[in-house]
Amino acid sequence: MESIERTTTRPPKTFARRKQAVLRQARRSRWAYVFISPFYILFTIFGLGPLLFSIYLSLTEWKGVGPLEFAGLENYARLVQDTVFWQSMRNGVILFFLYVPIMLLLALVLAVILNSGRVRGYRIFRTIVFMPFITNMVAAGFAFRILFTQQYGLINIGLGWLGLPAVPWLESVWGARVSLSVLIIWAWLGYNMVIMMAGLETIPRELTEAALVDGATPRQAFFHITIPLMKPVILFTAVTSTIGSFGLFAEVASLTQGGPINATITPLIRIYDVAFGGLRFGYASALAYTYFAIIFLLTIMQVRFARERD
Amino acid sequence: MNRNHLREGSITVFIHLLLILLTLFMLLPFIWMLSTSFKLPQDVFGFPPTLFSKDSTLIHYKFLIEEQNLLLIVWNTFFVAFTSTALSLFFTSLGGFGFAKYNFPGKEPLFAFLLATMVVPFAVTMVPSFILMRYFKWVNTFWALIVPGAANAFGIFFMRQYIASINNELLDAARIDGATEFAIYRRIILPIITPALTSLGLIFFMASWNNYLWPLIILKTPAKFTIPLAIASFGGAVGLTNYPGQMAMSVISIIPLLIIFLLFQRRFVEGVMAGAVKT
Repeated sequence: MESIERTTTRPPKTFARRKQAVLRQARRSRWAYVFISPFYILFTIFGLGPLLFSIYLSLTEWKGVGPLEFAGLENYARLVQDTVFWQSMRNGVILFFLYVPIMLLLALVLAVILNSGRVRGYRIFRTIVFMPFITNMVAAGFAFRILFTQQYGLINIGLGWLGLPAVPWLESVWGARVSLSVLIIWAWLGYNMVIMMAGLETIPRELTEAALVDGATPRQAFFHITIPLMKPVILFTAVTSTIGSFGLFAEVASLTQGGPINATITPLIRIYDVAFGGLRFGYASALAYTYFAIIFLLTIMQVRFARERD
Repeated sequence: MNRNHLREGSITVFIHLLLILLTLFMLLPFIWMLSTSFKLPQDVFGFPPTLFSKDSTLIHYKFLIEEQNLLLIVWNTFFVAFTSTALSLFFTSLGGFGFAKYNFPGKEPLFAFLLATMVVPFAVTMVPSFILMRYFKWVNTFWALIVPGAANAFGIFFMRQYIASINNELLDAARIDGATEFAIYRRIILPIITPALTSLGLIFFMASWNNYLWPLIILKTPAKFTIPLAIASFGGAVGLTNYPGQMAMSVISIIPLLIIFLLFQRRFVEGVMAGAVKT
């Protein structure tokens, strides 16, 4: 288009035309601001506004009604001694170690198996593994609660058939954590598997095939070729899972209610309880900001850690 | 050669065993949910456990319709999910178009800011947002569930990627024909990006349909409840929970999404994958 103009028009006119074109583009780009504006308008009102207000709120005491009482850093000082909050942060770490390694390894192994084309009917399998992902976690949590019930719950009856003793799944500290981990693996395995499959498609198949021809065992090929090449994808799933395990809510609320004795309470549940159970909006804001700072640092550390290992 | 065959064989057996076990693990909660929803309350923890006893009953579904306002609750959930999805798709595709096809001062910092907003966890905005909703008098209304999240940063990012691949000549040709910029969005961009709209729309719809925490904060009266709240409202002290009724509600919450998922599985999975590719 432009090249045609340049060859057919005489020099004096070109300048005017160019100027016109620039003007036209400027006028056009004004529309771009209109097109992108909904996000910035909505974010200013519903995101930035609350975020900034919340900083101020974290320095006050407020029950939701009446005047805000300025309290300085009192909320942050109190937070240091809030055993329930630190317990919830610890629970996030414990849960992470309980389910993330197993889930990611399983997802990767499944992705490799399905990608290899060895398995007939793999589409049906993919559909089934993905089904929990579309299920709401309130429904799933209560269904697992029925399965994990101590007396005459299906899991314990099954253990009985195998000659094993009944486990107080939801009544003991570690039982509840394991139950929650099982629910999370059930819910997120398909998602992680699909992501791993997408990652595997970027690895040339010849690479592993050549290694197998050269006499490597499938296990060696998996650990020395697939895993190193999949590192960015594994890192992504690990980071999302970390953030996810601190931010669990519906799963915990329906399956364990945070118990027993706060063994499965998560930071998000704690913040919710403080704000909407205890009506301590100022303190809840201080907790929320501290939580944000910690998971932000954790994420950065995770990414750094993964890079340094290279 | 023989040893190789043996190894191949044992690997195949291992793989199939793993897949069968996992399939059972994945399906068991669904099967038990369905089975429980047909049981009489005293049979939920019966021994020996049965999948479908001869006392199977539909009373719990009847109870949901007659006593629990089931149709209203399903309508609430659908209305919120549908409206917020439609609004989000409009804003995100428009925003994605703006970033993909125009050059304007401040474009890079604006886009970087948009990406940065994605790191803010919900925990931080939860409390002040509720206070804002109360100030707007939006507590216990669907506005609070539809409007605040309508222009989603991830959605704009997703759409920008997709729209960037559209040929510029198509847009220039329309401009020569005198089309306005919005008409270009409406008549050229929108029809081309239908697959992306479907993928993203499915994700948005599902997220809204299943959302629990924000509706829990906002919705106060049972007549306004969405399905996840209705399921949770069955929960009571041990022994007092109406498990079959709760599971019947759970079955109903899953079926519509399952049908949509089975119909659009490819697009759905594409949307999920695209969400991961962003990093």
